Amino acid sequence: MWNLLQIELFKISKRPRTYIAFAAIAAIVFIFQFAFKADGQSYMNLMLQSVKDSFEFERTKAINGYFMCYIILNTLLVQLPILVALIAADSISGEANMGTLRLLITKPISRTQLIIVKFAAATIFTILLLVWMAITSLFFSLFIFGADDMLIFRSKGDESQILLISKDDVMWRYLAAFAYATVALTVIVALSLFLSIFADNSIGPIIATVCIVLVCTIISNINVPIIDKNVRPFLFTSYLVGWKGFFYIATTEDGVPIKGSVENWAAIRNSLSILLLHIGVLLGASVFVFRKKDILS
Amino acid sequence: MSAIIRVSHLSKQFKDTKAVDDLSFTVNKGDVYGFLGQNGAGKSTTIRMLLSLIAPTEGDITIFDKKLSTHRSAILRQVGAVIEKPDLYKYLSAYDNLSIFAKMSGIKASRELLMQQLEMVGLADRAKGKVETFSQGMKQRLGIAVALVHNPELIILDEPTNGLDPQGIADIRNLILRLSREMGKTILISSHLLSEIELIANRMIILHKGKKMVEGKVSELLDPAHSMIQLETTNDQLAKEKLLQSNWADTLQEGKSIRLLMNKQAVPQLISDLVGLDVSILSVNSSHSLENYFLSLTTMSGHVEPFAN
Repeated sequence: MWNLLQIELFKISKRPRTYIAFAAIAAIVFIFQFAFKADGQSYMNLMLQSVKDSFEFERTKAINGYFMCYIILNTLLVQLPILVALIAADSISGEANMGTLRLLITKPISRTQLIIVKFAAATIFTILLLVWMAITSLFFSLFIFGADDMLIFRSKGDESQILLISKDDVMWRYLAAFAYATVALTVIVALSLFLSIFADNSIGPIIATVCIVLVCTIISNINVPIIDKNVRPFLFTSYLVGWKGFFYIATTEDGVPIKGSVENWAAIRNSLSILLLHIGVLLGASVFVFRKKDILS
Repeated sequence: MSAIIRVSHLSKQFKDTKAVDDLSFTVNKGDVYGFLGQNGAGKSTTIRMLLSLIAPTEGDITIFDKKLSTHRSAILRQVGAVIEKPDLYKYLSAYDNLSIFAKMSGIKASRELLMQQLEMVGLADRAKGKVETFSQGMKQRLGIAVALVHNPELIILDEPTNGLDPQGIADIRNLILRLSREMGKTILISSHLLSEIELIANRMIILHKGKKMVEGKVSELLDPAHSMIQLETTNDQLAKEKLLQSNWADTLQEGKSIRLLMNKQAVPQLISDLVGLDVSILSVNSSHSLENYFLSLTTMSGHVEPFAN
């Protein structure tokens, strides 16, 4: 199995399209960093307009490496499924398109092994993508903007809330957030892989994955009680941004943040469980369908 | 002689089409077994079932005395295959492709072994070249190297000379003969050209619309004793009537023209008898009956009876 995984990773590393995702992330992150370095204060003034008088905070320190990373993640983690789909949706359909799938199937490896190895390789690619994102958005931002206490703007119902997290209480939250994002994006890997089984070229599964994510995200954001109650809890897209939960720090009755705390651990655990369930179901379905599939391409 | 492949009552149904219909055959150890039929005859479908790419609707496949359905991995470890076009990873080099498929076949191939394989198919000097820069013939040869890299007992080649120039076809043919004669490999090769199979196979099967039409030794099936003699006379109708009343009646075939299925050696006697019957002969043509039969399969549609040897 390890041998097969090495081969898969080798093949992924040799394909030019693999590096598109890394280049895209780097480009977006650097544009963000440049924009905030040049004119970040205007953004902060806008965000803090409503709390101008009631909130005391040195604005020049508000734009720091931790804050930048949060802003970048907030934007990029919604787009990242597209980049993940570029590789994962190509897993089986790309082999079928090249004609190499039939050669793979004639080798003494089981179809279940092949699916699991493809899934593992695409997941490793996703992890590497997130590590790259952590390096560019967190560590480069810390290098450019420095470290300080972190401001979080949060919408809670009709209210807007500003949370302040002490700088020595931030790093573990980012590690947890990236770990959560890995699980969330692994659902996209499993979905793309599943769709990939039905196609003979990778364009179809890539578009299908993006469409499913888009449609489910729109449904997840429809604030109608009937959807909130009956549909939203079952859609994986409702949990893709669950990583933010690690930054919603619990406060005392007086509103003082409690160091090392998270407001709602249960919600994070629940989100993770649902995401893992999606991965299990999609991976199981992929194995089931692929084992029965006639390889004609 | 021990059987390497035993196929019994194999069928494959694709929605409304029966691609393979109750097919049974045996490939023995050391055979170069020709799999012959026009496009759509069921050759590729059968080969895909032998390689577990598609599942049979009915029937059994036994390879190396093991059932394919239950011993897939163990069997495939001893099988090398080229299926239609030799599609490989175009963005990788010939060496990398060979190395990847050697590992997938479960062997630890040294650099020397991989280079030896490339040498055997004449690609050692292009080992580092990317496959996307290769000609069709080079890809085909690399495909064969991939099929052979783990030294399999059984080699399955689906139309390996497709798209090759005459020199490429001759190279592949010589390679197959070497593998069979010098290395004792069992080879199953499919083709839609009888002339190609005739040159390399010792046994063959002809398929038509998924059914077996004929199976046997090439030397027997292409024996001159089974020649089709076609006559042209000044009055074919009269000549036919006279032949029907003669000793040649049994050899006369149905149809507009005068065709007799007989031993080629008896043609002088036939001519002498026809002269004796006052039949004026304009021309006599001889061809092998199997060749005619195969040609008829590729031109006619509808029901065709199996070939009677």
